[in-house]
Amino acid sequence: MTAKTTKKKDKRIGLFVCHCGVNIASVVDVEKVAEALKEYPGVTFSTDYVYMCSDPGQQMIIDTIKEKHLDGIIVAACSPTLHEKTFQEAARLAGLNPYQIEIANIREQDSWVHTDREKATRKAVRIVKSHVEKALRNENLEPIKVDVKKRALIIGGGISGLQAALDIAEHGYEVILVEKNPSIGGKMIQLSETFPTLDCSQCILTPKMVEVSRHPRIKLLTYHEVDSISGFVGNFKVRIKKKPRYVDESLCNLCGECEKVCPQIVPDEFNMGLSFRKAVYLPFPQAIPGTYTLDEAHCLGLSPVRCGKCKDVCDKMAIDYDMKETFFEEEVGAVVVATGYDLYTMQALGEYGGEKYEDVVNGLEFERILSASGPTGGVVLRPSDGKVPKSVVFVQCSGSRDTEKHNPYCSKICCMYTAKHAMLYKHRVPDGQATVFYIDVRTGGKGFDEFYQRAVEEDKILYIRGKVSKIFKEGDKLVVWGVDTLTGKKVEVEADLVVLAMAMVKADGVQDLLKKLKVSTDIHGFVAEAHPKLRPVESLNAGFYLAGCAHGPKDIPEAVAQASAAAAKVGDLFAQNELVHEPTVVPVNDELCSGCGICITMCPYGARSLDPERGVAVVNEILCEGCGACAAACPSGAAQQRNQTDDQIFSMLRAMLRE
Amino acid sequence: MFEPQIMCFLCKWCTSTAADMAGTSRLQYSPNNINMRVMCSSRVDPQHVLYAFKEGADGVFIGGCHPGDCHYVEGNYKTLRRVTLFKKMLGDLGVDPRRLRLEWISAAEGKKYAETMDEFAEQIRALGPLQLNERALASEVIKDE
Repeated sequence: MTAKTTKKKDKRIGLFVCHCGVNIASVVDVEKVAEALKEYPGVTFSTDYVYMCSDPGQQMIIDTIKEKHLDGIIVAACSPTLHEKTFQEAARLAGLNPYQIEIANIREQDSWVHTDREKATRKAVRIVKSHVEKALRNENLEPIKVDVKKRALIIGGGISGLQAALDIAEHGYEVILVEKNPSIGGKMIQLSETFPTLDCSQCILTPKMVEVSRHPRIKLLTYHEVDSISGFVGNFKVRIKKKPRYVDESLCNLCGECEKVCPQIVPDEFNMGLSFRKAVYLPFPQAIPGTYTLDEAHCLGLSPVRCGKCKDVCDKMAIDYDMKETFFEEEVGAVVVATGYDLYTMQALGEYGGEKYEDVVNGLEFERILSASGPTGGVVLRPSDGKVPKSVVFVQCSGSRDTEKHNPYCSKICCMYTAKHAMLYKHRVPDGQATVFYIDVRTGGKGFDEFYQRAVEEDKILYIRGKVSKIFKEGDKLVVWGVDTLTGKKVEVEADLVVLAMAMVKADGVQDLLKKLKVSTDIHGFVAEAHPKLRPVESLNAGFYLAGCAHGPKDIPEAVAQASAAAAKVGDLFAQNELVHEPTVVPVNDELCSGCGICITMCPYGARSLDPERGVAVVNEILCEGCGACAAACPSGAAQQRNQTDDQIFSMLRAMLRE
Repeated sequence: MFEPQIMCFLCKWCTSTAADMAGTSRLQYSPNNINMRVMCSSRVDPQHVLYAFKEGADGVFIGGCHPGDCHYVEGNYKTLRRVTLFKKMLGDLGVDPRRLRLEWISAAEGKKYAETMDEFAEQIRALGPLQLNERALASEVIKDE
């Protein structure tokens, strides 16, 4: 090994062997262990005691450290997961650096698993010796500290982003909310009513939107995008792109004259293309901020031969064709990723004809058809000819739970919203027939199964268990071919309208953003959580938190709960004046580093990079989690983990194995 | 009877916790092993393994988290790749690759840990003491400090 030895010849090590009552002492001869180490090189003091973790036990350790001027101690006792902190604290009280404490586990990994007293004692001696070798080479370490910028960035202005922004702002911290669209509101603002209470979605969301826009600690940036991000937890620098709206939001008074004169007609995204808007438009009546936006892709005024009609009629002189995209920088300490989802495309499910037939719609399109603010004013009419559909077929799991061709996962909300769709349809068209094809009906949630039962029993919706193989047109009817797996028969249903409960997939284009944030994703492109059970709202990349459907399919209450949880986690971070990080990281020895870059590819946290000027690897110690994968990979021994160097490992191996 | 020495490198988050759990559950296994706790199985350098063989280990065991459960995202995959390659090299050095074993044992699998320890000890007993050839002992990669 090329690593230099760090052993201090004159270091004074103390050993404290615990009996743990009879837990250790009944199998391991603790006196013999203490005795065996008395003469071991480096050990200046060795004793045993009945309970080291007791107050007198700790006091003995504290007193001995002071009296014998110990530079390091080994407590041979239970697993370090139990009392490492206890003894570190005791050492601190005695004026010893806590990183000079070693715990030799002779209980869980020795006395409790063996019965042969002689062998267990010999094993304990070897374990303790190895820790003496390590202790002789331990360095004094101080936790790494760094300031925290108490300001959060929220990416995405849907329900999750709004909730997270409000919660963090209510904790007393500043928030910057970035939304790429002209208005906040996300997908939820497009919904008609919400299951299982049938609350009007807009009615419950718009007050939150207003609250966000008026909150003194929230800086709302709609029609903006995150361009790049640098830095690390507590200290991010975010470059934000302001897209040109071509309308000055501070001047626009929503008179709507511009829209009247605009000659350009464009499919309306808010209504899922089921109606039209102008090139200068207000996304929807309650849009926040309340301002018109000029869509540069469709405006004639921006082309060389200028149209200019809207500018002519704008009394407020709010329209400016010369706006350009601009960039600016903000400093934040934490980032909440609430980028939402999109629906699986109709093109992907060719056999259902969504691309070819106007009357095959997806769930969000049907939400707009049902919505009182939608293109039909809430009257259920089919898109092709505006007739009231007398037979509607709903196809659940369209693109979900299909391991062969589509998405293997369950999109989670479709069972419930399909029950809601069918129910709302029946309320509007009582003599109509609603048929649902399903694989399973999953109604895990408060009041969910009751809601589904109501759909079946009160609203007489026909549920057929089976998948749909093909949908095609015959005359002005759609024919749905499927199978009823309960009777084992093929089924053919004629429909006027088909609603596909399309799978929820990662938001369109979000992968580029996530790559910039260095936030890892699962195989489906949803943001990955740090731990599936215990850290569900944090990303592995420190300082990034996740909320809502960016993380995976979920319904509104779950998205809100996750957003609040993410906000609470941000609060945890901001409650600290400085961040404290374990110092057992893996620095680089410049003299040994050849700049090969292998360690950089090993690091899952992006903590290592190449200094282009000096040609050596450098480490951001705040990002390093201390796994040591780079240390094992470094061919020159330049990457050495603090207090677990190769030298320490080799000397421990020697002490353990050499008889 | 020959009693082998088994050197175990256990990841702090999963397998070392499983070893603790075996203790808490008072599961008994033969005392052939001795454990070193590392932060992640990916901290284990093949040189550590060679050194353990040179210092007298008849078998070396590496325990990590199950695929997908690594505390450090993907450390266990790195370990898997290293161990797979390294086993091929071990044969060239005159060490039976079966003397090196990699297992995924989660923090909840105390029983699996205890059973694996007995099973591996038995396997190494059957292989007999490790006889390193002189060339391997003299090799650069496992020379003393």
